[in-house]
Amino acid sequence: METLFDTAPAIEIVGVSKSFRKIRGSVIRRRPEVRKLALDDVSLRVQRGEIVGIVGLNGSGKSTLIRILATLTTPDTGTVRIFGRDVVDEAATVRRQINRVSVDAAFAKEMSPWENLSFASRLYGDSAPDRRQRALAALARLGLPRDTVDRPMKQLSRGQQQKVAIARSLLTSPSLLLMDEPTTGLDPRSKREVQAFVRSLHADAGATVLVCTHDLDEAEALCTRVLMLDRGRIVADGSAAQLRAHFGDHPGATLEEVFLRLTGRSFGDDSEDDKIDAEGPFAEVGS
Amino acid sequence: MSALSASRWEKTAFRGFFERQYHLYRRYWVWEVVWFLYSVATVLSVGYLASGLGAIGAGETADGVRRAQVYLLVGALLWTFMSLLFHETSFAIAWERWEGTIEYTFMAPVRRLTHLAGVSFFSLFYGLLRSALILIAVVLLIHVDLNHADFAAAALVLAASTVPLMGLGIFVAILPLLSPEKGEQMTFAVQGILLLVSGVYYPLTVLPGAFQVIGHASPLTYTLQGVRDALINHTGIVDLLPTVGLLLAMGVVLILGGLMAFAAAERRAKRMGLLKRNG
Repeated sequence: METLFDTAPAIEIVGVSKSFRKIRGSVIRRRPEVRKLALDDVSLRVQRGEIVGIVGLNGSGKSTLIRILATLTTPDTGTVRIFGRDVVDEAATVRRQINRVSVDAAFAKEMSPWENLSFASRLYGDSAPDRRQRALAALARLGLPRDTVDRPMKQLSRGQQQKVAIARSLLTSPSLLLMDEPTTGLDPRSKREVQAFVRSLHADAGATVLVCTHDLDEAEALCTRVLMLDRGRIVADGSAAQLRAHFGDHPGATLEEVFLRLTGRSFGDDSEDDKIDAEGPFAEVGS
Repeated sequence: MSALSASRWEKTAFRGFFERQYHLYRRYWVWEVVWFLYSVATVLSVGYLASGLGAIGAGETADGVRRAQVYLLVGALLWTFMSLLFHETSFAIAWERWEGTIEYTFMAPVRRLTHLAGVSFFSLFYGLLRSALILIAVVLLIHVDLNHADFAAAALVLAASTVPLMGLGIFVAILPLLSPEKGEQMTFAVQGILLLVSGVYYPLTVLPGAFQVIGHASPLTYTLQGVRDALINHTGIVDLLPTVGLLLAMGVVLILGGLMAFAAAERRAKRMGLLKRNG
């Protein structure tokens, strides 16, 4: 019997806002609290099997959105559903269907790729005897040299660590893969390998993929649909071709030009002084 | 998901946490050797301190000195064991922050009890092994009078004590969730207070009244009393059952209360966006 959850969209976000507060000063001498709006009344629907890119500058709210979807942050207002399940009230069910690759390939650095992957697969209920073979196959597909599999992660390059992070997310067979700047800092070859792997994951397993990036070329190459996020609001939504056709002011306009036209800001101006996403949320408990 | 498959899922995840702790200890083996040597030196120092009581005129009789020696050695040995168990459980979250894996662990579809129990049980296993090795070192170097010891009763009290210790650890593990910047240091402060008020090296009666009240609320106090009674006064299992019952009751209260408090702290951390911050 088909249930509501079988036909629900992969992601359904309705009226979500999120702000973070920063308490400044010390306990004795407290300065006025500052609030930073990360997401401003965002609504979004992603169908199953889509590869959707979210592009925006640092501080635009991309990572906050990913964290809410990953059940790591709760929205102040609005609702978020993944495959019909509420990310706050049904977080445990949601977590079984998602995984995330973030910009920082977070691992126990002294442990080897295999030990980290083994740990991750067990957290997702996998105790099958062929786990190591599957892990090795995934790492080989990503181009990770065989002799790195049992070495401490700290000895691997940034690109190699990121490939292990992607293999980790794939071993858990997520129905929804959340990727937050997955290729930032990678060399061009590693970037292409990761992108090819995401495409094959989508083609082979039919997974829904949400990619946050400020690499517009990557968004265009990888995604069937691109959302532009600026100051916590979605300012454009469509395929790369549609965005160029609707918002470009001349034939052959690039996505960057479209973004500049819509927001008045360019990726070249991406500053470090107003970022929420790159360093994590804004909340702080005094000093 | 059926109850059976959910239970199997949690068991697999428990094993995952247990294995990860094993891999980490194995990879950080040099640290462990250093801490082991430090613990041996600490316990031996306390043992020799007791031996020296007679030489400095503080012990009135040879029997008194021997009793003091066992009293202090039991305290030192148990403290190394209990502080390890407490420290590892309470550092479960601080460590995830340190490694930067906290978001992945909190995003995983496992119960928090499974997470913390996996970490605690490995610490229990490792702590027992390490304490046994320290005990061997002590017995080889210091003559300890254990003629009146009831080892089975002492082991029973020790086993019961692991339950409330785990509960205390869960409570303290909350601190890095509440304050990414200072939570880790606060766990050391709690550990220091437990050492002060739990009668590790002296009876509670020597403490000021307020400290005694806190000491009576500490499960470590009853663990130390029970183990000492078993090893020094030959108190048997039957006579120690009330102590065992008290420790188990404290454990149930502390674990349930700890998990509830932890869930509230986790909700707050998610609301305020505190999971990501590394300090």
